Formats: sequence, C-alpha cells, structure tokens
Amino acid sequence: MKYLSDYRDPQHARHLLDRIRKQCTRRWTIMEVCGGQTHALLRSGIDEALSDCVELIHGPGCPVCVTPACVIQNAIQLSMRPQTLVTTFGDMLRVPGNRGSLLDSQAERGNIKAVYSPMDAVRLAQRHPEQEVIFLAVGFETTAPATALAVLQAAQLKLDNFSILCSHVCVLPAMKLLASSKQNRVQGFLAAGHVCTLTGFDEYAGFVEQFQMPVAVTGFEPTDLLVGILEVITQLEQEQAALVNCYPRAVKRKGNHSARQICGQVFDVTDRQWRGMPIIPGGGLCLKPEWSSYDAELKFPLSDNIQQEIQTVCRSGEVLTGMIKPSECPAFGLQCTPQTPLGAPMVSSEGACAAYYRYRNNIFTKQNKPV
Amino acid sequence: MCLGVPGKVVRWIDRTPLFSKAEIEFEGVRKVCHMACVEEAEIGDYVIVHAGMAICRIDAQAASQQLDTLQQLLDSTEGDIN
Amino acid sequence: MTDSSWTGSCPLGVTSQNKIITLAHGEGGLLSRQLIGDVILPGLGEAALRSQDDAAVIDLPRNRLHFSTDSYVVTPMFFPGGDIGSLAINGTVNDLLVSGANPQWMTLSFIIEEGLPFEILTEILASVSRTAQQAGVKIATGDTKVVPRGAADGLYINTTGVGVPFDSPQPDPHNLHSCDQLIVTGPIGQHGIAILSAREELAFDPPPQSDCQSLQDPVHKLIQAGVTIRAMRDATRGGLAAILHEWAASSAKTLTIDEKNIPIARQTRSVCELLGLDPLFSACEGTMLVAVPKEEAEKTIQVLRESDISKEATIIGEVHPAKSAPVTIRRLLGIEQPIDEPLGSQFPRIC
Repeated sequence: MKYLSDYRDPQHARHLLDRIRKQCTRRWTIMEVCGGQTHALLRSGIDEALSDCVELIHGPGCPVCVTPACVIQNAIQLSMRPQTLVTTFGDMLRVPGNRGSLLDSQAERGNIKAVYSPMDAVRLAQRHPEQEVIFLAVGFETTAPATALAVLQAAQLKLDNFSILCSHVCVLPAMKLLASSKQNRVQGFLAAGHVCTLTGFDEYAGFVEQFQMPVAVTGFEPTDLLVGILEVITQLEQEQAALVNCYPRAVKRKGNHSARQICGQVFDVTDRQWRGMPIIPGGGLCLKPEWSSYDAELKFPLSDNIQQEIQTVCRSGEVLTGMIKPSECPAFGLQCTPQTPLGAPMVSSEGACAAYYRYRNNIFTKQNKPV
Repeated sequence: MCLGVPGKVVRWIDRTPLFSKAEIEFEGVRKVCHMACVEEAEIGDYVIVHAGMAICRIDAQAASQQLDTLQQLLDSTEGDIN
Repeated sequence: MTDSSWTGSCPLGVTSQNKIITLAHGEGGLLSRQLIGDVILPGLGEAALRSQDDAAVIDLPRNRLHFSTDSYVVTPMFFPGGDIGSLAINGTVNDLLVSGANPQWMTLSFIIEEGLPFEILTEILASVSRTAQQAGVKIATGDTKVVPRGAADGLYINTTGVGVPFDSPQPDPHNLHSCDQLIVTGPIGQHGIAILSAREELAFDPPPQSDCQSLQDPVHKLIQAGVTIRAMRDATRGGLAAILHEWAASSAKTLTIDEKNIPIARQTRSVCELLGLDPLFSACEGTMLVAVPKEEAEKTIQVLRESDISKEATIIGEVHPAKSAPVTIRRLLGIEQPIDEPLGSQFPRIC
C-alpha cells in the first residue's frame, strides 16, 4: 500500500539498523510511548536486532491496557440492563475487569457488540430507537475526536438513546509522570505519531525543556521507527536534548485544527486513574457539563459503581511504567498467559506482556541477527 | 494504539458539516470514511484513517523528501563500502 | 409467492402455502411431509438420492470408508462468495478430500428457526444442490427440525460425508519429515475477512469475497500425478496458523514459514490493515496447506498450478527438527519469531 510499503523496505531498515549500531558507544534506554509502536518493533524484530545497543522500554500508550478494571466492570453492569446495548472497540472485549471480561459477560446475558467506529454506534442507536446504545469510549487523543464527533452527530440527530462511558486518556501527562519518577531509567522518548497528528507537538517542547531528554515524534512502520530511534540515539551520543518531528508526512506542529476544535467542543480535561498507575493529573478527558445527557454514568447511575481497583500478584502497573520488563513479573508466563490474563497488558495483542509472550517467550538468540 | 491506515480520497459523498463523508481507496478496497477533521481534503489526496475517521491529510512532499533522504543515506553508505 | 392460506377449511392454515416456516412444519404430519416433498427434495433436484425412507441404502465399493461430519452456523447465511448451503457442502467435501478420500454421499440436516421465509430455504437448497452436483456427491438422507423463534439464528445445517479412499498412501501429519516443503494452494484468509465484513456491515467496496470452493480438482490432480502427499489440510477456522500448530504437535517438528512468500490478496491485506487483523489467523474455505518431500515440491507446484483453484500455489515454508517454538515465521528483516496458536476469533481493533 502506498505510504505503508515504502516504509517497510527491508533494505532501508537494515541500513538504518546498521547506522544505529555504529552510532552507539554505549547501551541507551529509550521508551516508545505508543503500543502500536511496541507491536511494530517486536513484530519486525527491531527490538531484538538492537538489543545490544538499545534497550526499548514499552510505554503505557495502549488505551486498552490503561483502562481501569472498574470501568470495564461498569460497562458490564450496563450491558445487563434491559434494552441496552454496550458497544466498544474489539480490543476491549477480552480485557479482564474485576470479574471477567465483556466477552465473558456476553456469554451470560450481557448485550455487547464490537464496532469499528464510534459513528457505527450512533447508527445503531438511530436504527434501534427501542434500545439504549452505550459506547464505551477508550483511546488516546487520536481516538477522542471520533468519539466527540459521535456525540455531536447524536445531538444533531436528536437521539435520546445514545450515550457514552467516557474513559479517554491523554498521553503527555503520563509521560511527565514517568519522566519525573525517581526510578525513571528512560533517556529518550519516541512520542506517539498518531496522537501528535491530532494534538501537534508544540506542547512537547516544554517537556524536552523540563526533563532535558530527546523526544522524536515517530510513526509506526519499521523505517519510521528506526528513523526515530536513530534521531534519539544521535542526540544522546551528542549530549543534546531536542524535539524532532520524524513523522512529517502525518504530523504538523499545530496538529489538526478541526479535530482539536471538535474535541474542545465536547470534552474537558480531567484527572484520570490509569490502570496500574496512580491518578494522573490532566490524564483524561470527560464530557463537558452541557453534554451530560450523553454521559452513561449520569444517565444510568450504577447501583454498584465500582471505583476501587483490586490488587493481584500482577505487576502490570510497573510494566506499563517501564519499571520492570514483563518477564520480571512473578506471574508472567505462569499464572498469567494470553489464555489466562491477569493484567491488561497480557490481553491486548499490543500490550507489552502479550507482545513479549508472543515474540520473546521462545528465545532464538544469537542465531537470529538480521541478515 | 492508534491504528492508522493511509488511503486515497476518491469521491466526496456528503459535505454536510459533522456528517461529511468521502470514499477512500485502500489498495483493492474502498470504504466510506468520516471526514469532519479533514474537510479541506481534495480528490487524490491521501489521508490517514483511524476508527472510521480521517485524522489528517498526508503531506506528499514531506513523504517524498523523507524517502529521498533515506535513499541518499543508503547510496552514500554503499559508496563508502565500495 | 402466493398469499393464500385459505385452501383448507381450517383458518389457521395447514398447507405449506405460507411464506414462512412455522413450528408445525417440524412436527411430523402433513406439513412436514409437504416441506420435504414440495420444497426440500425438489430444491435439491439431481443432487438427492430419491428416497424418503428413514435410512438410505448404499452399495460399498470397498471395505474402507472415510467418514466426516460438521455443523454450519455461519452468520450471515448469505455472504459474498457463498452461503451457508455451499459452505455446508464444500466444508465437508473438503474435509474428506484432504483426508485422502473421494467424497460420494452426504447427509443433510437442517435446524430451522420458526419464521424463516420459504424463499430463503429455497435459495439455500438451490445452492446446496448446485454445490453438491459440482462436487459429485449425492445427498443420501437428511432431516429437518424447526425450533421456536430465538432458539436458533435462522438456519443451521449439519452435513456428514462418506468418501472412498484414494489408491495412495493416506496423508498424515505424523509423517512430516525435516526439510519437507509447505505449500499453500492460494491466497489465505479470505473467508474470515468476508464473513466479518458482512456480519459487521463494514461496507467495503467491493465486498471481500469468501474463497468457499471445493478442493476436488487440485486434490484429484495431485493424486493422479502420484505426488507423495505427507500431509494435506484445508485452512479453515483459526486459519493457516491453526493448521501449522496442529501439524507441529502431531509431528513433533518445528514448522517455519517465510512472511514474504505467503500469498495474500491485495484486498485481504488492506482490510486486515484497516481492522488490525492478522491474515494468518483468518479462516479459508477453499485453500489448503500441503506438505511434500523437498524433491517433489517443484512438481507439486506445477501440478497445482494446472488447476484454476490452486493457480497461485506457492511454497511458503519448510519442516525443521523441533526447536523451542513449534511454529515460526521469518519476518521481512530475516528475523525468526514464534507464531501463536489462535485464541478464538479476531475482532476489529483500533490499536
């Protein structure tokens, strides 16, 4: 596909790998923020190919993984109401809440449907006026405009049977939290390309200033990722800390104005609990008060609104913040596998633990250098 | 996070604000996508689609510049080896 | 279709003139007999052995037979490239073929949700009939049950097939040897993508087509050419990945495939990119994996490419002595990675 295959050229990739290796005088620690990047790095084997000179820490940028278990539990409860359909992205269906996943609840009597787009949920509400259609809205700034548009469309269509359970999150506040942690080991960041497509990257200048760490706005194809890594490594070697846009075909400094406007109309920034992490100031989006009639939590007060997260042996919080590698968790690969996930990063195919289980559980070291 | 796939705008279907839609061509298949965030896109432009919505136009010039730079990098290194 | 249900004296209507199937059609008696005699048997036409007895009688050509059964519950019943009827025939026919037998007879059982329009049943019967005749199988016997609304989703079909073994060694994945070549007969993942797109109304244009088809031609060609078939399987649920795992388990070998050699149609690739799916895990319904000794691989490819159904046959990998992972893939950068065993169906993703 145009603009995809161009950036998957193995020749380019090998060349960039080579350049990165030559550039490194020591082993550097970089965090790729976005789960999509994690997935691509592991799938293409870049992670392994660079393991002697770059440690890649998989960041918290998987909205599925950071959605608190209680939000899933509340969605399950809503799906049990009569004449109610809970819709969400397919990624969410297998994520365990406090007691089972949305898919498990469907096997009982929950009414759940995966949708490709929030606007598909609006269409379902239009088609089925007899039932309430609730959209469990998860995702970073990339996905928030689609949810906002769905709310605006529902309002325009005067639908009173559409609402959202809003669990949108914002990535920069989480990066700040990680970077300011005393245990932080990360020396440079690959910022999430598609988030920046919407938000732009002006705000990251302050981050670079404050933490004196290189940040490369990075895309998702192997070449994109390698260009981002090369940029960060080069800066680290030269003791520089700058903000560089390595995804210029999709990201502009100011982001997407229309998308920001649509989001601004519908959402306010709020503090938000992330799964496995503390409450992150400014780490989430909620509906503005004037849209409260579309807020499923207000529309259908839950008899048993769960706010508490339950502790288990799972150390996914530390994995999500890059404190430990998935394999350092005592449950990894034992009690916790893709079939029996304890934490969300083992569920989502791009969660750090699942990706690790898939690509690294069976180690083909040494023999496995790129040719 | 944030699967985004590039496709070409081939036909505008609806220009109504909030409901604007266009047909986007991905290799071998077309899909109608929401265009509220890229209403300025023209036929032939490439956009990135996420969750059924175009989130940006692809800057063709920036894309080809980057590919050129990569190719130059490759060529210059091959020169070194020879 | 006529609207009159007033041909008898009973106002409730005891004839099969109604447009929809009711519970009464499944309760024996006149309506059941009419359903079978007026709708099902004529619908099957030449594909049916003419008998309404409780059991079919068949003459055995040999003293060994292959026997296979499967139930079909696909939603939607009609999808681009096929329908539940053609699927129910091709699915069982292909299971017999890849087990090393020529399918000859089948049973055909319907479980129908009351309220199903006759029109739909007739259309499915026509498809069953057409597909069975193409595959050269006879419908020997069958059954029809009607269940209350909500107890089924439209219509389910069970088929059981009987086949006569070919005059050649039976394919068996326990026989896989190191260096055996893995060949796929065509582009993978199409059925899964077609069903998902149709069921979720994803409105792709053109709609992705299922590869639902009988593998009779390529299998017969392989048998006629005398190729040594170590193993042969149609890559249905769980896609190519599921079969590779099954074979790795039965042979205690590692199966390695090459990403760059796997045939994937442009459209399948694009839809998978858009929905975040992996074509390796997506079902096929007329595409199979064949393992042959290395020295026969080229010949196998030539033979397969003579058939329209397998004209894109390609070597995608090979069998190795067991390593730490049972199934691996060589990625574009040359790095070898394990492939997971499929865990249930795939859903469209945003990440």
